[in-house]
Amino acid sequence: MIVSEVAQEQVKIPLTPDGVSAERIAHLEALVSQAGHAAAVFTQYSQEDVDRIVKAMVLAGLEKAQVLAQLAVEETRVGVMEDKVIKNMVATEFAYNYVKDKRSVGVIREFPERNLLEIAEPIGVIFSLAPITNPTSTVLFKCIMAAKTRNAVIFSPHPKAWRCGAEAVRIMYEAAVQHGAPEGVFTCLNAPTLQDNAYLMKHKQVSLIDATGGPGAVKAAYSSGKPALGVGPGNTPVYLEKTADLDTAVVDIIISKTFDNGTICASEQTVVIDDEIYDLTLRKFADLGAHICSEKETELLARTVIDPKSGFMQPMAVGQKATTIAQFIGLSVKPDTKLLIAPIRGVGRDYPLSVEKLFPLLSVYRAKCADEALKVCMDVNHAGGLGHTAVIFSRNDEIIRKFGELINAGRIIVNSPGSIGALGAVYNDLVPTFAFGCGTGGGNSTTDNVNMYHYLNIKRLARRTQNHMWYRVPNQIYFNMHAVENVRQFPSDSTIIVTNPALEQIGHVDIVRRCLSPETRVHVSVIPDAEPEIKVVMEGVEALNFYKADQIIALGGGSVIDAAKIMKLKYESPDADLEELAAPFLDLRKRVIQYPTEKVKRARLVAISTTSGTGSEVTPFAVLTDKVRGRKVTLADYSLSPDIAIVDPQFVMSMPRGLTADTGIDCLTHGLEAAVSSYASPYTDSNAMQAIRLAFKYLPIAFEQPRNEEARCMMHNAACIAAMAFSNASVGVNHALAHAFGARFTVPHGRANALMLPHVIAYNAEVPAKFMPSPFQQGYVAHKKYAMIADLLGLGGHTVEEKVENLIIATEHLLDRLGFPRSIAEMGISKEEFERSLQELAKIAFDDPSWRSNPRMPLMNELIELFRKAYDGRGKERPTLLRHQQIA
Amino acid sequence: MEKVRQRIKIGEEFMVPALQDAAEKLDSAEGELIVDFSSVKRVTSAGLAALRALADSAEKKGVKVVLQDVNVEIYKALKLVKLTSRFSFCTPELFPATESRP
Repeated sequence: MIVSEVAQEQVKIPLTPDGVSAERIAHLEALVSQAGHAAAVFTQYSQEDVDRIVKAMVLAGLEKAQVLAQLAVEETRVGVMEDKVIKNMVATEFAYNYVKDKRSVGVIREFPERNLLEIAEPIGVIFSLAPITNPTSTVLFKCIMAAKTRNAVIFSPHPKAWRCGAEAVRIMYEAAVQHGAPEGVFTCLNAPTLQDNAYLMKHKQVSLIDATGGPGAVKAAYSSGKPALGVGPGNTPVYLEKTADLDTAVVDIIISKTFDNGTICASEQTVVIDDEIYDLTLRKFADLGAHICSEKETELLARTVIDPKSGFMQPMAVGQKATTIAQFIGLSVKPDTKLLIAPIRGVGRDYPLSVEKLFPLLSVYRAKCADEALKVCMDVNHAGGLGHTAVIFSRNDEIIRKFGELINAGRIIVNSPGSIGALGAVYNDLVPTFAFGCGTGGGNSTTDNVNMYHYLNIKRLARRTQNHMWYRVPNQIYFNMHAVENVRQFPSDSTIIVTNPALEQIGHVDIVRRCLSPETRVHVSVIPDAEPEIKVVMEGVEALNFYKADQIIALGGGSVIDAAKIMKLKYESPDADLEELAAPFLDLRKRVIQYPTEKVKRARLVAISTTSGTGSEVTPFAVLTDKVRGRKVTLADYSLSPDIAIVDPQFVMSMPRGLTADTGIDCLTHGLEAAVSSYASPYTDSNAMQAIRLAFKYLPIAFEQPRNEEARCMMHNAACIAAMAFSNASVGVNHALAHAFGARFTVPHGRANALMLPHVIAYNAEVPAKFMPSPFQQGYVAHKKYAMIADLLGLGGHTVEEKVENLIIATEHLLDRLGFPRSIAEMGISKEEFERSLQELAKIAFDDPSWRSNPRMPLMNELIELFRKAYDGRGKERPTLLRHQQIA
Repeated sequence: MEKVRQRIKIGEEFMVPALQDAAEKLDSAEGELIVDFSSVKRVTSAGLAALRALADSAEKKGVKVVLQDVNVEIYKALKLVKLTSRFSFCTPELFPATESRP
């Protein structure tokens, strides 16, 4: 609470405690030591102990409210005794009402749904200043807050108010100790000096400075290096808007501005009145005992009560009666005059009375319109009162809200008195206080009404939460030979089959056509057999629109199905911005960009895969090539998942051996990466494990006996099942490496995966150099997961290490059997060229989002090391423990 | 030569005089004094002051003061007034074979 020039002058505290005598230092040290012991002892108290003490203190304060008010007026010669009684009562009774049912010891708040607890930790020793304007009420209030929060306080009242302040401290202390509070919990400096303050502000045992004082004191507090609660200067603007209830407004302003002779820094300073009601308002003020000053009187007052040099109010006027202020300029007013009203024509240095005046002199301004009124209020707000308090009287909600947005004040009081309104709990539901935080505008860290919570270190005890996980896949998957016939059951007037030239030529499209009803109009959209481009997709969307399609059948490998997913997206939501939707994200549920949910049309997407690898028929991913910008756009959202997946092995019976091996290893990599992913769950594990088992067992057979229906069928299922796992658990570092390497050296995805796979298993099974934060997992489990896979495959081994080793060897043997190059060197890439690319490869791999779900966080040098291992193909020379072992 | 261990048990009610007694026993403690806190649930401001005085004299006389069975709340209070570094602490189970600082 800012006070006055008096206060400002008195508390220009030097930062060095020069001039403090040895005796005084001993005295101050004793106070601090006593307070330190009390604060330490207080930490042992229970909520019940504290509440008993607080209640006793409040009752003692209420009993002595009048005595203390009397003492304050006698000592300071500032304010009105009767009003000070009210202040003392508000400081005790209202403060009590606020704190009585609140917990301040131990657990103070619980948030079971968030698994959070808030626990109170007292601050310790608080060094507290109290102002000349509210010397006793501030002390009463702060003692109650401190006792409630188990803190000790050393008070330094304003030098011109220390006797009444000390008496208030004594009353609080005696009541507290009588009811069990620690000895020395509240102390007060006798005849405090600026040097005392400077000494204590820097004392290492003082934990917090609560500087309710003038700007000098607040600045000294903030400059001390200690945490400090400061307050800022006020200059309360009031907008008296034409729709206001004038009778209420005029009385409220008089109540507020004359309360304790205007010493509360939240009180009204300049009232900006709409032109239409200006004259009537002034008449009402006059009728109720205000003196409206003439132009000359206003000028005289400005020269007398405002210091022309500093532009601030003169200390001698602070807290004086209206009649006393009038006497300063020889103005004769009625003896019962409550308030002087001085019309001003502007704000700023040319209009001295537009500043803060902590006495019953109110400036008024006639505004031509609301626009001008709001601007003048902002001028007043910025003329020394930023962050403090503002008042509006209006019945127009829109203007009230606008005022609230424009004015920078911690308290914006509506249709009620500013000063008492800001104190809280009387006219509104603001927290009761005697210290107004003024935010950064007033040089403070808070705009709050300072209260018990500011006297606590609030600790948050955060229990580990069981994060929600998900498992999302298309709700219809048809599999095994001739599963495509299920297409019959989906009604469609207009179907578009998206496919590629080869598949059309070998008659696959005809197989699908035969499953469609004769009534269905069918259009075949043949797209190139490559990663889809934006242009291709947009042509497809045109076709969908032209044929008013209600069904899209994607017949093909990953590229075709991905293209169809994006066509459906753009067909149903034409405004979807692919570039924006491809924005990177870490957690699917917290991603910045949301996929459109509003759809202008709807088409069912049936995905029929013709390779056994990507599993795009069930995944929520689609990769698009933006040729114009020369980059890939990866889209990921469950809304992209096909509605229906058909896993019919008849479409893979003629897959060439190379493609069988490449896509098959892609499938195995999906399973292995999903199994150890930090997003793995029992749901995805069940898919991953089964897919791995099927791939190990049937991939070599499908490769060696392409017409083996069982092997083809099982591998086709394995690819889909592995895709269900990685659709939900994602992949890992193997994919990041393979993407970077495959793109740089034009190596098919499956083959690139194969080169990395044994090395990545070994890498993930080690103790990581850097763990990946993984809230879904309990501890590091990658090696155990691999061991579990080895067990499932019946690879033998007694320890986890042996089992992991056997899994690596089994993987290497599988790769050998499929005829994969087993090192990058074997592929004819020179060592020099590879080494030259390494840094760049590692950077690209590190940028790849795939590894974010890897159990181990890859460091750049580890990525390089993994690439080197893949180059040399080290690991092939491992002992061949189980070359001939059968896969279970 | 084996140390002579002086031992004093203090109660909550007469903690300050008891700690003053303890200070007087420092001369005969021959190196170590055990102060048993097992009956003390809470310390007072005066108690803390008395403990500080005990630590001062013990340091002067070169006697190690071991506070036995101090509860965690009291330990925190001692911590806050920076007294824990001036004493040794032990739990009843560990006493007297080993003395440990929590």
